[in-house]
Amino acid sequence: MANSENVKTSSAGSWKNLLRNQCFIPIAALLLLAVFNLIVDPTFFRITFGYNSAGNPVLSGAIIDIINNGSELAILAIGMTLVTAASGGQDISVGAAIAIAGSVILRVLCGGNARPETLEAPIIVAFLVACVVAMLFGAFNGVLVAYFKIQPMIATLILYTAGRSIAAWINNNELPVISDPKFAYFGGFIPGIPIPTPFFIAVACMIVVGLALKFTNLRLYTQSVGINQSSARLNGLNPELIKVMTFVILGLCVAVAGLIKVSRVSSINYSVIAKDIEMDAILAVALGGNALSGGKFSMAASIIGAFVIQCLTTTLYKYGVPATALPAYKAVVVILLVIVSAPTVREYFSTLVKKMKLKGEVA
Amino acid sequence: MEDNIVLKMRNIHKIFPGVRALQGVDFTLRKGEIHALMGENGAGKSTLIKVLTGVYGKEEGDIFLDGTEGPVAIHSPQDAQNMGISTVYQEITLCPNLTVAENMFIGRTKGTVQNWKKMNADTDRILQSLEVPARAAQQLGTCSLAVQQMIAIARAVDMECKVLILDEPTSSLDEQEVEKLFKLMRDLRAKGVGIIFVTHFLEQVYEVCDRITVMRDGKLVGEYEIENLPRVQLVSKMLGKEVDDLSDIKGEVKTFDAGKDAVPVLEAEGLVSNAGIKPFDFHINKGEVNGFTGLLGSGRSECVRAIFGADRVTGGKVKMKGKDVKIAKPLDAMKNGIAYLPEDRKVDGIVGDLSVRDNIILAQQVLKGFFKPFSKAEANKVADEYIKLLNIKTASKDTPIKSLSGGNQQKVIVARWLFTHPEYLILDEPTRGIDVGTKVDIQKLVLKLASEGMSVTFISSELDEMIRTCSRLIVMRDRKAVGELTGDELNQSTIMNTIAGGDK
Repeated sequence: MANSENVKTSSAGSWKNLLRNQCFIPIAALLLLAVFNLIVDPTFFRITFGYNSAGNPVLSGAIIDIINNGSELAILAIGMTLVTAASGGQDISVGAAIAIAGSVILRVLCGGNARPETLEAPIIVAFLVACVVAMLFGAFNGVLVAYFKIQPMIATLILYTAGRSIAAWINNNELPVISDPKFAYFGGFIPGIPIPTPFFIAVACMIVVGLALKFTNLRLYTQSVGINQSSARLNGLNPELIKVMTFVILGLCVAVAGLIKVSRVSSINYSVIAKDIEMDAILAVALGGNALSGGKFSMAASIIGAFVIQCLTTTLYKYGVPATALPAYKAVVVILLVIVSAPTVREYFSTLVKKMKLKGEVA
Repeated sequence: MEDNIVLKMRNIHKIFPGVRALQGVDFTLRKGEIHALMGENGAGKSTLIKVLTGVYGKEEGDIFLDGTEGPVAIHSPQDAQNMGISTVYQEITLCPNLTVAENMFIGRTKGTVQNWKKMNADTDRILQSLEVPARAAQQLGTCSLAVQQMIAIARAVDMECKVLILDEPTSSLDEQEVEKLFKLMRDLRAKGVGIIFVTHFLEQVYEVCDRITVMRDGKLVGEYEIENLPRVQLVSKMLGKEVDDLSDIKGEVKTFDAGKDAVPVLEAEGLVSNAGIKPFDFHINKGEVNGFTGLLGSGRSECVRAIFGADRVTGGKVKMKGKDVKIAKPLDAMKNGIAYLPEDRKVDGIVGDLSVRDNIILAQQVLKGFFKPFSKAEANKVADEYIKLLNIKTASKDTPIKSLSGGNQQKVIVARWLFTHPEYLILDEPTRGIDVGTKVDIQKLVLKLASEGMSVTFISSELDEMIRTCSRLIVMRDRKAVGELTGDELNQSTIMNTIAGGDK
């Protein structure tokens, strides 16, 4: 009986499937922002070719700005999605952890001297050390959450509070400046390539996580643990270990984002770097239609969500909203998006559509 | 409306994506009757109840209530409650972290100010009058499942309902508790309350009910007076076919002969876990079906959990096929070819939001390893195979398992463990809350697997089911193994005596 019904619904289902796809809301939001910009000021889409102060060819324009500045957020959204899925909570310490990772990179590169003439260590070494440190801090958060059963937000509050002081302490409270132009490649442009490097790094991260989701059981394991921990355990999984693993992966994302952040300015400001980025990362996950209580997730939707946030920020800047007023404007749009993507609202609309269809059939 | 009728549902339709859950169902409930609602899993009983209580909307149809002109609109459980329709669901839907009294009164208080003292006193009075062993100030979660169930019923009773719906209330109660509940139901019937009783226990239906409404595949089969519908006919109406005798399925399959001096598949000595059981010895041979029996809370589940490593094992030795093995966690057991279907399907079994397919492959996937996922094609093939093999009713293999009916969820979990190709399968209450047809399916499956050489431990609250399937029973009393019965000893009275410890 169920089968014959299936055939009936599937013919009219392709349109409905599109609506039900988790990526629908963030993509629709992106399109809406695009249409708004197109109507109000089409120069938003203009991409100009020029040369920067170092004489390198660069592309510039609002679109480039979005893919450039949205990179760190997209990278963090990857890790945040996994943490959310497995632990049913969020890590609010990523901003502070970025400060630590960035500080570690500078410390290794400078070797204790705030104004080094030459780099004391290869950049790759500095980055790998930062990765290890950030993953250790991730593991610290993860252990608190998984083994000590502390709520993720409370557990990560510790590092949220202490992180920036730790970052300052790593460099003896000095603000090192790197003069080697190579270091600026990661947050700027590689000579001869007009597209900003952070975008390539973000794409590389997306490819890596895409491959991981395809060729490992990362998705099945994190989702199972997030949906039903007790059942996951009886199926041979180690829920605690998997939760710690997601926090460690987020730590890796933090290290990559940290590299981009410090490379952008070739220096660091402990109290400002990546400020409030944790909230945007969580928001990206939510905008992607992922339940913040964990379980099933769509990685693509989270990443698109990150770019929606950056698109919104860039749009607001473009229309002269002052930086201090930005959060208020953002909040209004975010409320709308979150309400529209809430399951109850979507269900209401889908039943409304169904009812209209039924009426149509009767008439 | 006729005088003695409290509730009339007419031509109810309900559609879920891909499934017509209800198709023109009628239901009539009279004052002062206990009316059984029967049907297999997926027949639409729960859906009908949820339409009546406002959990689901309906596509078509009318509901009439005594004392109201014309059809009533029930949009939410709150509406239903206000109209005098109270429900006690199969799974307890109260809040375990609140006190008993808070649970009794939650959602029922009118004003903003709460008189806590009065609330506690009222609760204690109600609980006492119904002989429920709980205190008002106690946290609900600290009560046993059975007591929680009775509190849920007490809550419904206290709401002065005209219609009381009991959806599988007895599945977690032991016999004395069921008796108490039945007494309560008869009292309420005498007061003129109409009771809808949804259950899978045929005996219970014939013990308390006046009328039976049978449903099948979302449609109404018919309404019958209890005395005009013998058991066999009821079962055949539920299944939609004439059934042969259900009583003797053991004879149908050949038993597996392991040979006299074969080494047991699993042998445990002095096994003990942190779940509060006494150390016990256990063994099972190749192709044998044995079982743990005992009252609720006697420790039968805890024993198998210890074998599987589900609780923390604190002592004892385990040998598999003569070799010492260490089983500290479920994965160890799985690697040694042990599979375990847990007692509580909802809490320990299903991964609700995941698809039927993912739920089937989960255990084998974990065994295979993190870096070796099944391809989509492989997973689909396996899912299709088991959906067909076990006749699982689902809209598709992508459907989240939580939207399946209880029996079909259970079949998915069975499929999950069969797919790991275990040597030793533990089934803890696989037939609880499941219709007759599926019950027999599962029992037959157990015997078939055993005849092919699998060892199975089977636990059930229903003695006749145990007698039908097991060749050896370990009897538990007060968290201790007190006896082992085989052969001719496997009859109701001997088992009862052993459980009760009547010899002394």
